[in-house]
Amino acid sequence: MQVYLPIAEVSVNAFLLLGLGGLVGVLSGMFGVGGGFLMTPLLFFIGIPPAVAVATEANQIVASSFSGVLAHFKRRTVDLRMGTVLLIGGLVGAALGVVVFNYLKSVGQVDLLVKLCYVVFLGVIGGLMFVESLNAIRKTNAGVVPKRKKHNWIHGLPFKMRFRTSGLYISVIPPLMVGVCVGILAAIMGVGGGFIMVPAMIYLLGMPTKVVVGTSLFQIIFVTAFTTLLHATTNFTVDIVLAVLLLVGGVIGAQFGAVIGAKLKAEQLRILLALMVIGVCAKLALDLLLMPGELYSLGAAGGH
Amino acid sequence: MRLLLTFLLFFALPLKAEEVVLGLSQDTISIDANFSGSEILIYGAIKRETEIPEELLQVIITVAGPSQPVTVRKKDRRFGIWVNTEAVEVDSAPSFYAVATSHEWPLVISDTEDLRHKISVERAIRAVGVAADDPQRFTQALTRIRTSEDKYQQRDFEVNLRQQTLFDTAIKLPANLTEGAYKTRVFLTRNKEVISVYETEIEVRKVGLERWLFTLSRQQPLLYGLMSLAIAIAAGWGASAAFQILRRR
Repeated sequence: MQVYLPIAEVSVNAFLLLGLGGLVGVLSGMFGVGGGFLMTPLLFFIGIPPAVAVATEANQIVASSFSGVLAHFKRRTVDLRMGTVLLIGGLVGAALGVVVFNYLKSVGQVDLLVKLCYVVFLGVIGGLMFVESLNAIRKTNAGVVPKRKKHNWIHGLPFKMRFRTSGLYISVIPPLMVGVCVGILAAIMGVGGGFIMVPAMIYLLGMPTKVVVGTSLFQIIFVTAFTTLLHATTNFTVDIVLAVLLLVGGVIGAQFGAVIGAKLKAEQLRILLALMVIGVCAKLALDLLLMPGELYSLGAAGGH
Repeated sequence: MRLLLTFLLFFALPLKAEEVVLGLSQDTISIDANFSGSEILIYGAIKRETEIPEELLQVIITVAGPSQPVTVRKKDRRFGIWVNTEAVEVDSAPSFYAVATSHEWPLVISDTEDLRHKISVERAIRAVGVAADDPQRFTQALTRIRTSEDKYQQRDFEVNLRQQTLFDTAIKLPANLTEGAYKTRVFLTRNKEVISVYETEIEVRKVGLERWLFTLSRQQPLLYGLMSLAIAIAAGWGASAAFQILRRR
């Protein structure tokens, strides 16, 4: 069934969009990532203009994250306190990120820098996570009880706060810093930042994997809602018809994702996420390294 | 002045001895939610008061969508990776352009006439003052990309011409149409020279829900954004509630 999208000005297959939304929704519910980094290239591929794809996806992620977070609320795996702290950091970071982005744009070659950032970042995060979770799985198989709570310099910082759901008693400074860093990266790369936030919460803050997913979704809702409004009012690129088609699939997928995620062990969840991050990294690296089929590309005039 | 005008008219008339009478299968194209491309039938007859001249008559029909400036970028290998290195701004390129002719292109029209009336796809793209050592590469790339998307079509032998009097062609419009007035031109040529031009417009418009959403997004962007968010939240909550009910059973 073909549907004409009023803002994107293209006609696309409705079932294809429902399927795409569903697929990304499952990942969202399972890993606590928004899925923007996966959806953007897919939408480009079916012919949605890039500006519309990025803006509309933010709107779809609001829906699937909300659906996912409700499922996690029922299971009491959302740390509201931690989420709020991260969110405050994230909003500050996003504002800083916009400044950094505009500076890079004035220097030129911002696209390239963003892509290189992505590849290096995703490669490092994915690689480390993969090795760590592989070791963890091997240890559980060998019967060694994993030690989660390690004492390091983070525990020496002031302004301690109790995060009951996560079972942590740490200073608010590290979560705030994580929020700010992710916010900056998210604004520069144009994504919600879930796939950076999730590993950061697990490894830097030492939060339990199960709580991380729900908490990440919680803060993604606000970040993407803000992005949607920004795009709608400044670029007029949110396509509501496209968003509805994607989010119908997305909200259902997110529910399934949360169910699947609850059945998996923490190490398995981490290793799958690591594989996904490495996959996206490899795809981006190949784009940069292989010779493209068409050397020329078209864009609206005045774009960067 | 008036004398000059009558003088010109007097001399212009014999040149216009053959005129086009045109019909369109539809003069407005409505884009609604189910729009998936369209085909317009352009047909007509040639009205003449004199005998049919010896030289064979040929017909060219063009349909052009609204023009916009376009940036064409080129990738190059730098330090082992592929990056955009060159960018060229094309002043104005039609969002859609179709040319149909009644015979092989070189036999229908001369280059000078093409240049004057801007008929072929290459001529329809306006790229003056392009700052590159070889601007043609960029306009060619633009044509190549849009042709592969069916947005630019150059088709020979697509106009059926009967008895040098009746002609018709069908132009396929793709699903990704831009709104606006689509300028439709009919050229009659003889001996590769244009002897008559006829112009009309086909209106392409969004209607119904599509129109309403588009207008809302431009005129009330904040309201539109909030509406999008409200739908997203409602859908997220709805799915969660539905799953809750399903699980309880």
